[in-house]
Amino acid sequence: MSKTSISNLASRLSLLIILSFFFTTVRAANAPDPALVSQGEVLFKENCKSCHAVHTQEVGPALKDVTKRRDVKWLSAWIRNSTAVIASGDKYANDIYNKFGKSPMTSFPSFKDEEIKAVLAYIDAEGEKGPEKVIVDGPPGGPSSPEPPKEDPTSTIILILVVVVLILVLTTLIVFLSVIKRFLKDKEATLTEADKELVNQKFDLVVVVKSKMFITIVSLLFVTIAVRACWLGALSIGVEQNYEPVQPIPFSHKQHAGDMKINCNYCHTGAYKSKQANIPSVNICMNCHTHVTEGSRFGKEAIAKVVKAYNDGAPIKWIRVHNLPDLAYFNHSQHTTVAGIECQKCHGPIEEMEIVRQHSPLTMGWCINCHRETAVNSKDNAYYDRLLKVHADSKKKGEMKAEDIGAIDCSKCHY
Amino acid sequence: MKEKNKVFWKGVEELHNEPEFIKNNLNEFPASVLAKDEASDESAPDRRDFLKLVGFSVAAATLAACEAPVKKAIPYLNKPEEIEPGIANWYATTFAEGGDYASILVKTREGRPIKIEGNKLSSVTGGATSARVQASVLSLYDTERLKGVQSAGKASSWEVADAAIVDRLSKISQEGGAIRIVSSTILSPTTLKAIAEFKAKYPTTEHVVYDAISSSAISKANAASFGKAVIPSYRFDKADTIVSFGADFLCTWGAGDYSADFAKTRKLSKNKKTMSRLYAFESNLSLTGSNADFRAPIKLSQEGLFVAELYNRLTSARINTEAVKNDILDKAVIDLLASKGKSIVVSGSNDVNVQILINEINLALGNYGTTINLNSPVNYRLGDDEKMNQFVDDLKGGKVAAVIFYAANPAYDHPKAEDIKAGLKQTKLSISFADRADETASLVEYITPDHHYLESWNDAEPKAGFYSLAQPTISPLFKTRQAQESLLKWSGNNTDYYTYLKNNWGSSILNGGSWDKALHDGVYESGVASVESAVSSTFNTSAVAENISKVYTSASKGIDLKLYEKVGIGSGVQANNPWLQELPDPISKATWDNYLAVSKKYADDNKLKEGDLVEIKVGNKKLAKAVPVLIQPGQAPGTASLALGYGREKAGKVGTGVGANAFALATIQDGLVQYSAFNVTITPTGGFSQIAQTQTHHTIMNRPIIQDATLKEYKANPAAGRFFPTVTTPDGKVAPAKVDIWKDQHVQPNHKWGMSIDLNTCLGCGACVIACQAENNVPVVGKKEVINRREMHWIRIDRYYSSAAEPKETGVYFKGEGDLELPDQTENLEVTFQPMMCQHCNHAPCESVCPVAATTHSTEGLNQMTYNRCVGTRYCANNCPYKVRRFNWFKYFDNGEVFDKNTSMNTALGRMVLNPDVTVRSRGVMEKCSMCVQRIQEGKLTAKKEKRKVKDGEINVACAAACATGAITFGDQNDPESQVSLENDDLNKERAYAVLEELNVQPNIFYLTKIRNTQA
Repeated sequence: MSKTSISNLASRLSLLIILSFFFTTVRAANAPDPALVSQGEVLFKENCKSCHAVHTQEVGPALKDVTKRRDVKWLSAWIRNSTAVIASGDKYANDIYNKFGKSPMTSFPSFKDEEIKAVLAYIDAEGEKGPEKVIVDGPPGGPSSPEPPKEDPTSTIILILVVVVLILVLTTLIVFLSVIKRFLKDKEATLTEADKELVNQKFDLVVVVKSKMFITIVSLLFVTIAVRACWLGALSIGVEQNYEPVQPIPFSHKQHAGDMKINCNYCHTGAYKSKQANIPSVNICMNCHTHVTEGSRFGKEAIAKVVKAYNDGAPIKWIRVHNLPDLAYFNHSQHTTVAGIECQKCHGPIEEMEIVRQHSPLTMGWCINCHRETAVNSKDNAYYDRLLKVHADSKKKGEMKAEDIGAIDCSKCHY
Repeated sequence: MKEKNKVFWKGVEELHNEPEFIKNNLNEFPASVLAKDEASDESAPDRRDFLKLVGFSVAAATLAACEAPVKKAIPYLNKPEEIEPGIANWYATTFAEGGDYASILVKTREGRPIKIEGNKLSSVTGGATSARVQASVLSLYDTERLKGVQSAGKASSWEVADAAIVDRLSKISQEGGAIRIVSSTILSPTTLKAIAEFKAKYPTTEHVVYDAISSSAISKANAASFGKAVIPSYRFDKADTIVSFGADFLCTWGAGDYSADFAKTRKLSKNKKTMSRLYAFESNLSLTGSNADFRAPIKLSQEGLFVAELYNRLTSARINTEAVKNDILDKAVIDLLASKGKSIVVSGSNDVNVQILINEINLALGNYGTTINLNSPVNYRLGDDEKMNQFVDDLKGGKVAAVIFYAANPAYDHPKAEDIKAGLKQTKLSISFADRADETASLVEYITPDHHYLESWNDAEPKAGFYSLAQPTISPLFKTRQAQESLLKWSGNNTDYYTYLKNNWGSSILNGGSWDKALHDGVYESGVASVESAVSSTFNTSAVAENISKVYTSASKGIDLKLYEKVGIGSGVQANNPWLQELPDPISKATWDNYLAVSKKYADDNKLKEGDLVEIKVGNKKLAKAVPVLIQPGQAPGTASLALGYGREKAGKVGTGVGANAFALATIQDGLVQYSAFNVTITPTGGFSQIAQTQTHHTIMNRPIIQDATLKEYKANPAAGRFFPTVTTPDGKVAPAKVDIWKDQHVQPNHKWGMSIDLNTCLGCGACVIACQAENNVPVVGKKEVINRREMHWIRIDRYYSSAAEPKETGVYFKGEGDLELPDQTENLEVTFQPMMCQHCNHAPCESVCPVAATTHSTEGLNQMTYNRCVGTRYCANNCPYKVRRFNWFKYFDNGEVFDKNTSMNTALGRMVLNPDVTVRSRGVMEKCSMCVQRIQEGKLTAKKEKRKVKDGEINVACAAACATGAITFGDQNDPESQVSLENDDLNKERAYAVLEELNVQPNIFYLTKIRNTQA
């Protein structure tokens, strides 16, 4: 069956024509064309990024200077059908194949010449830039992390100090009171009746408890606490933050994403292009687990379950961790590809989780808050040109926030 | 209030100001309905029960909320490479049902077809779709479809059935027993090849083709006149004058859908100020008649005389028939003579003599080679009535040993259905490829169900040289098998049909072209319409005159009955599709029924009220069921009409028993099936059955909602017909926009989505209604709820009647009961169609009355509806001046006991058609047109990902995409180059108007005035 999208095809064709035109002119100038590079960037992120990085070795080799190592013709053949190149007995190809555990590179037979050139242009451009600094704690300048604040030792010390001081003050006051009482008793004769009564008065708890003031204060306090508890309780209905169900197969993100540094996109194929990130299908697991049959923690048992599912044709029933209600529309690609948000921003330190936990509350308030605080990633994106201009002309100061361009419109998420 | 003294009205009840109508006028919601329901239903809960229920449900909800249920996520085991969950795949394929054809694109999500769009690469359909094509995706998920092969009514297996069938076919063939394949028109050349192969294996086989609604007379007439038994292709876009005698070519006329071509001639702008002129002579008010500039209601018993009169007036030769006089015919003659070679005369009659005269008229006008092409014939209707009659006689006479029905249901849709039912018992072997045990299939021995077309490989040749491919868009849902593959298998050829098709294309169609490209495009067009050579005809004047005089007379005093086809139901193949059953008829706005349309005069004379049941007899043929009467303005006096395609007995739970089967009243004369009958008997039974019409649910109260002018007026002043309201202020009269009660103005910094709707090219067909229903998960509510005025369609097509003649007084809608003093409405009837949906007002009255801010305004000009916020006060609907908001009175999903007709939400299979990007609304919330916000969001996201601006045209709403004529244009009003901006600002600045401009609600939807070509 051939997939078709007329409008897509038309736009892609016209893009290609424009690109090829650019390419010829650019060659003459001998400098990478930005349009070509950005086209390459899109293609690279969609197709290559899951196995390759420019500066570091991932599943496949680092691609920096790949155009210097091999010519474009060889690379085109390799990208379109690497197995064929290996089978042709090409020495370089066979060396690479053996070096990377004899797992062949995925073939991309549908890539056109122009598309391959774009990808290579992007790799060259990235190669010249030098390795990027790796940001571990999310993007710089982002909003405060929604993580719960860690215990700060200084605040505990201050608290203890205050308590100590208060106790001291209380003791001093009691001592002071008894001293005064004793002093007045010595001069009892000079006192009036009323003063005498006051001095001889004994502290009566019952009277205090029965006083109107006390009852009012206590009941007010009680009602306030009860209402607050109900309110907070009601707010947390359906909020499953920190939900951490035990999965049928003890898959560890820490091991796969953290230790082995497998790119998220390798398994979650939709994360950068689709509405859903997608839980990987078993055949993706089997890419590696046809070879790797024994794990470090559960031995053969856990992986055997995956293999069994594959062989039996019985899909794995994972327990869904993030349950956004049906009434809310969420699109991963808008946030990852367009806004450039790291997965960890919402999913937390996923690369450290043995068992996946719902890191964020996923409430509407949480969404809206982020849309209010986050600046739009409008760099080099012509879509935002008009909005940037309008924003610059407006009275609003500072960066253009998602909120400013309608990101808190109801119909952004509810339809 | 209006500047012109013209009155538009929606139906007879409005015209006559009936008390019920006045009451409904004043209420947005029928409050009485609820009270009545409670009173009549004894089991309905009282207040105490209600409180108990509330208490219980609150407790249950609280308990349920304590712990969220564990949800499972089950990914693919082996994800198909081309499927990425969340991203739609599109496949080009072909819709073919009988001879009806459309080249289409199918949107699939996670492997499920959910929406159909037109394929713009096809030069035959040009991206047009009809309501039936749009709805066919739901028919795929019909639970009534057979799950596998059936033998004598019991489930069997393919192996057993195949062996038995082959064995018996061989025996029958050896004995010389006649084998017949009975089918409707087959557009597919490869299927015909497979049938030929079958014939070669079993030489006693003959292929009988018939059409449920026959156009045999046209090909027979062409055979008689020109020696070519074909239906020519027509170029309505090249015609200046069009005359139609009962041919509903804008709707269902057998020779194809010409609405897009016709609309091209009706489009106006500052660059094009010419229009075609359409004359319609017809008995029932058809879609074509309602779009005509001049419409003459005529009796069917005079149709032939009118055609003959036209012939006599246009040519020097004369045929001797009774003369008829008609002013409109006089006008038509003048126009036809003035536009020789640029005109078309067509007739919907299935009478060969009439069609021969039509040929002669077109020949005399020099239309062959310019607007009519015999050398590039269309294949939509290849049925041969005479051959079919022969088959029925043979079957009845026991001369047929084996019969195979393919895409045919003659026990339902043939006039001699009873003979077929009886004859089938005498066959030795009977097989049907039907997808369900329908009227015919339930009588045969083996049902070997065919795939649905969305599961099949196939091809089509709608027009000589114009090919089109069909490919599966989903794996077969059931154990069905493609009919062609079955035929091949029985012929001893074990090739699968895909290979067979590909080989056939490679060897005889593609001519070296690329299979992959053809499959991707969906079409392969090798045929260049060959130029018409000189045409000469043979014409037996006296024979034709004699036959015409024999059949037609102006002396007939009886009632003529016309059996016609509706745009939604057609011949009834998709009768089990609830979307089509609930699609309001473009003219009568009736749903879920067929009815006898009569003129007001006839109803008055016979003391009939709307809904009174009548029995109909044609000769000795009687309609099986009494049908309700509907008073139809425009119905020719002395005529009545009844829709075909209803009264299915074995369609399924949706379609069975809806209406009465009008095919039973069709007759056969001179070997051809006739859909008109003279001197019919109509007898009231005294019963009553309310017709579920949507027409009276909203009112216009004499406001200038329709603004129209004639072409002459438009040429003199492009703003002709426009109404410019003013508001009186202390400073004098000012435009409403100057007096603003809205303090805060919405700003649209980036996009401002809007629509432009051209009333000139909206023909009222209803494709947009179904497209919207499919795109936006709009529920079907059923007949009872339509009667309760609770239909859910987000877009409706309002149909207004008016008269070119001026009324004596206006603004009298509230004077009380009694008729308006208007001239005779049947003679000078004008019809205007107006699609009406949420107008996305920038000063929306609904927004300001919502107590919970569930409906708000977006920064892109959309009026947003947030279902999860709505508490159902219905204030918004009461405050909406356009009456476009729909309230969910019930839970329409997962509620199969009450809403079993709403199959798309109540069966596991039906739910597969739902658009996963659109919420299914629950009970108690308001909903309305969202301007397909999901499509807007998707289009914007694509642009952002590609780091560019949104291109005009890349985002389109479902209604606009479905519109064959391009009447609806959607786009960004902030982009001065967008088509919608051009329509409203540059091309048609003066024609663009906002409905109810005087309210200053500032809608984002603009309408272009209706221009009629009634004065040169």
